[in-house]
Amino acid sequence: MSKNKTTIVAEPGKQEAFIIREFEAPRELVYKAFTDPKLLPRWLGPCDMKTKIDVLEPGDGGRWRFIHTSKDGHEFGFHGVCHEATAPERLIRTFEFEGLPERGHVVLETAIFEALPGDRTKVTIQSVFRSVQDRDGMIMSGMEKGVVESHEKLDELFEKELQLK
Amino acid sequence: MQTRRDVFQAIADPTRREIINLIAYQSLNLNAIAENFDVSRPAISQHIKVLTECGLIIVKKQGRERYCEARLQQLNEVSVWIERYRRLWDEQFEALDEVLEELKAKEKKKNKRK
Repeated sequence: MSKNKTTIVAEPGKQEAFIIREFEAPRELVYKAFTDPKLLPRWLGPCDMKTKIDVLEPGDGGRWRFIHTSKDGHEFGFHGVCHEATAPERLIRTFEFEGLPERGHVVLETAIFEALPGDRTKVTIQSVFRSVQDRDGMIMSGMEKGVVESHEKLDELFEKELQLK
Repeated sequence: MQTRRDVFQAIADPTRREIINLIAYQSLNLNAIAENFDVSRPAISQHIKVLTECGLIIVKKQGRERYCEARLQQLNEVSVWIERYRRLWDEQFEALDEVLEELKAKEKKKNKRK
């Protein structure tokens, strides 16, 4: 377990959420780990899924698409466009989950990499959603996963959801 | 045997989450809720039944109409949903920590060679 704790800020009724975490590495390296197609699959995505980088065009305007594959072979695609990649301090991109029933639920993500004393880095990821519903849905999707892990009874329900996707 | 109902079960379903969002700020009757969905009215009734059993909404009779009112205090448990999401990220960042340790070690080697 790391001594660096992940903080989630999601105030009720707001369209945004923050993910905040500090790392024991200089920000050049942290930025690299966030942008290098060889490094990303090694940490991005839930630990019980495999992550594949389908597309990752470097720099401003570049397209990206990642695929998470679960153990039972279900694929979850995510894609978007890089709005700004300013090494090593800022990444701004759009983000859309392809598994939703309709298109258009886009998220604007800004990752700020802040250099801290002692060659440490603070990362703040702000996600701005189109609606409060979109945001809550996204946060709850993380929860659904956890629920399935702990309540086997809900397997069936989850199965249904996957089929819908 | 009675099935156990809890908040997690209530919000594990996307339609139920949407129903909660719909009535979070205003009470609505069944028809008004059903209008927002493509699924049948009985299906919506069933979802509302589950939500009621989980204590997330209460149904109030007003004349001939039945209004659904959100009881979101129950969602205090929902700080738990943020906690799950947090863990999902924590898990990824722990993996990232390892990647960073490796990168740092590589850099050190490189600098030594210089």
